[in-house]
Amino acid sequence: MKEMKFYGTALPALEIEPYSGKLIVIEGTDGVGRSTHVALLRTSLESAGHAVLDTGMTRSVLAGRGIKNARAGNTLGSLTLQLYYATDFADRLEKEMLPALRAGFVVLTDRYIYSAIARAVVRGADPAWIRAIYGMAVVPDAVFYLRLRSTQELAARVLASGHGFDYWESGMDLRLGTDYYDSFVAYQKLLLREFDRMSGEYGFRVIDAARPIRRVAGELLRAVKTVIGDEPAGQDGNVSPAISAASADAKKALPTTPTPQRPQEP
Amino acid sequence: MISYGYHRYPGRLFVVEGTDGSGKSTQLGLLYQWLKAEGYPVFFSEWNSSPLVKDTTRRAKKRRLFTPTTFSLLHATDFADRTERNIIPPLKAGAIVLADRYIYTAFARDVARGCDRAWVREIYKFAVKPTVAFFFRAPLDVAIDRIAAARPSLKYYEAGMDMEWSDDEEDSFKIFQGKILDEYDHMVHEFGLTQIDATQSIRTQQRQMREIVGRYLKEKLKEKVVLPK
Repeated sequence: MKEMKFYGTALPALEIEPYSGKLIVIEGTDGVGRSTHVALLRTSLESAGHAVLDTGMTRSVLAGRGIKNARAGNTLGSLTLQLYYATDFADRLEKEMLPALRAGFVVLTDRYIYSAIARAVVRGADPAWIRAIYGMAVVPDAVFYLRLRSTQELAARVLASGHGFDYWESGMDLRLGTDYYDSFVAYQKLLLREFDRMSGEYGFRVIDAARPIRRVAGELLRAVKTVIGDEPAGQDGNVSPAISAASADAKKALPTTPTPQRPQEP
Repeated sequence: MISYGYHRYPGRLFVVEGTDGSGKSTQLGLLYQWLKAEGYPVFFSEWNSSPLVKDTTRRAKKRRLFTPTTFSLLHATDFADRTERNIIPPLKAGAIVLADRYIYTAFARDVARGCDRAWVREIYKFAVKPTVAFFFRAPLDVAIDRIAAARPSLKYYEAGMDMEWSDDEEDSFKIFQGKILDEYDHMVHEFGLTQIDATQSIRTQQRQMREIVGRYLKEKLKEKVVLPK
């Protein structure tokens, strides 16, 4: 059991109580392979007997659809988008992540507040303002930052995924380049700089994502298992195996929010 | 990001605030007619009017998906769209923008629902500071009588039923409006709201409002923008 800690002002009317779950964040820029790794982790953790909830940006019941519709049009302003993301985050935090953590789940989240902060800051938002809004966020048990410095490589991976370039992931709203490729490269460079700035501030554990998927996945799984106490990891690696036992009951306590099977790129 | 108090535009922004039933919308409507008749370019902006957020808000209210935090953030999203779309551009063009409810509505309601005062104020830091913010103050019983007369039933969030202060809609509404009024009273000094006694006759209130607004108008504003009649 662990005391819940928040980055800033906690949510109103929230009972701050110890929780037995683990909040694991997978962060990184677009195309770095976050959703692939979240899916692999989920499978591995579930086969080891852990109840897993996976979530990610724009998947909330409240605001997910609204954000998708707003992004499909051509009238969405930057401040509006940032606050829409914050609404989506708050809904998932209150309705999915916190209940799951209390119930002893391993919560895997594809992106957390850091992507939202980076996207807002590169669009000219006041860094203190966006951080204050996300003060409602729980401090995670670990943040794994999948880092790949080469924006050309990121672009290649986006293409290889078969989806092609997305307007927002390419930062087309910022008019950084004349076409999707140039814009994507310039935009991801800006994001990488913001992530590097946040790395120390938020204690990211940096994973070199330039390596083959299998190696990255191996390192990630070992690291996650250490965090949740599955493997002996020195002096404080003897956390309860009760997590997995508790999780069967815990499933009933969870709200019946549908979790999309295929992680979507926000 | 330009924040509250630091926006500089040639236009003017007048906002009305107050509890439900304070008569603020009536007053703003009359002000609008007057400004138009005088030949000023006037723009009207309402609370909860963003086309990008409207459907989400409606669905969330119907399905009761809101918590105080998400209620606050989604309304801030709506307000951001309003600011980016309907407030800043006309102000830049030199128009007069009239806003029915503004950030102070959010400060009053969200804090009444238990959100942190400083947090809510921080969220809305991007807002343009109004030229004048009118606060139409009606005592609680007057406002409640007016609402009861105008509306047959109260909506779930409007009555604050989500807070479980009371099982009775009317009681809950009274508690909620009382808390909101307390917050407004705090804000008069904090934000320099211009208080108008909403128990006076409609014409008296309008006269006071026009007198104050008139101080900020210049003939030159009429030439700035030409709007279709």
